[in-house]
Amino acid sequence: MDGQNKNQANKYSIIVPTYNERLNIGLIVYLIFKHLKDVDFEVIVVDDGSPDGTQDVVKQLQKVYGEDRILLRPRPKKLGLGTAYIHGMKHASGNFVVIMDADLSHHPKYLPRFISKQMETRADIVTGTRYVKGGGVHGWNLMRKLTSRGANVLAQTFLWPGVSDLTGSFRLYRKSVLEDIISSCVSKGYVFQMEMIVRASRKGYHIEEVPITFVDRVFGSSKLGGSEIVEYLKGLAYLLVTT
Amino acid sequence: MKHILKILSLVVAITALWIGLLQSSVIPRSHTWLLPVYFVVSLGCYGLLMVGVGLMNFPTCPQEALLLQEDIVEAKEYLKQRGVDVSSS
Repeated sequence: MDGQNKNQANKYSIIVPTYNERLNIGLIVYLIFKHLKDVDFEVIVVDDGSPDGTQDVVKQLQKVYGEDRILLRPRPKKLGLGTAYIHGMKHASGNFVVIMDADLSHHPKYLPRFISKQMETRADIVTGTRYVKGGGVHGWNLMRKLTSRGANVLAQTFLWPGVSDLTGSFRLYRKSVLEDIISSCVSKGYVFQMEMIVRASRKGYHIEEVPITFVDRVFGSSKLGGSEIVEYLKGLAYLLVTT
Repeated sequence: MKHILKILSLVVAITALWIGLLQSSVIPRSHTWLLPVYFVVSLGCYGLLMVGVGLMNFPTCPQEALLLQEDIVEAKEYLKQRGVDVSSS
C-alpha cells in the first residue's frame, strides 16, 4: 500500500475524546470538514457520558455530515484517555489514526500538514510540537511557561526522547503503530502522552514533528500546583527506568 | 538497550575517568576530589540556563486566538443554519 499516491489508499480515523463539550464538538467537526476536503476520513467521538448533552449535539452533526463520517461511540462514564483511544480504535476503519483534543486548543487546520508530512517522510508517527519556531502557545502566564520549560529541560536531559514536545496530544499515528505502543503504556494523563512517544522512540519508530499553535482556552484552571509537579517527576522517573 | 542502562554506562565511564585522574596525579588531588561537585553544579547551571533561554524565546501566537474567534463565528453560523444546537453549555 503505497502512501505516495495522493490520498488514494489512506483513510484517517480522527478520535476525539469528549467530556462536556457540547459546543466545541460542533465547532471542531465543522473545522475538520472545512480543512480536510478531498481526504478520506471519519471522526470518532468517544464521549464519556457527558451530562451536558454532548451526545445529542453529535447526533445532530450526524444528520448534517452523515453517520458514516461521524461515529458516536460513547462510554458510560469518565474512564480515562488511554482507554478512550483504545475504544475509538476498535471502531476505526482507517489505516491512520489522529488523536486530538475537543476543546479547540488543537486546530484542525494543521491536519493537512500532518498528513502531507507523513506522506513525504513515510513516518510512523507525526506529532505536533508547540515549542519550535512556527509553533506556539497562547494563554499561558509566566509561571505556566516556566514550569513547561523546566519540565521540558528535565525530560530532554534524562530521557533523550527525540521530540521537542513530549506532553502534546495532537498526533497522527499509523494505526498498527498506535496499537502496538498503547498496549505497553500504563500511565495516566499527560504522563501517558509522554510514555507513548518515548516508547515509540525506543522501539525505533520513525517520528516526525510539525509545528502547531496551541490556544489554551481553559484559562485559570491550569492546575499546576505542587501535586502536579510531584506527579510529573514520578512519571519522569518511571519512564527513565522502564523505557 | 534500555535507556537507563545507557545513562548508567555513561556514569560508569565518567566515574572511571575520575578515578583515573585521581590515581595519575595529573591534576592536584584536592581539585580532583572536587570534580564531581563541579560537574553536578555545572550541569545544574546549564539546565537553568536552558530554562532561561527557552523562557525568553518561548514561542507565542496571540494572533491565533483572534483567528480562532473568527473560525468559531463562521462555524456557529454554518451549524445553526443546519439545525445543530450551538448554544454554550
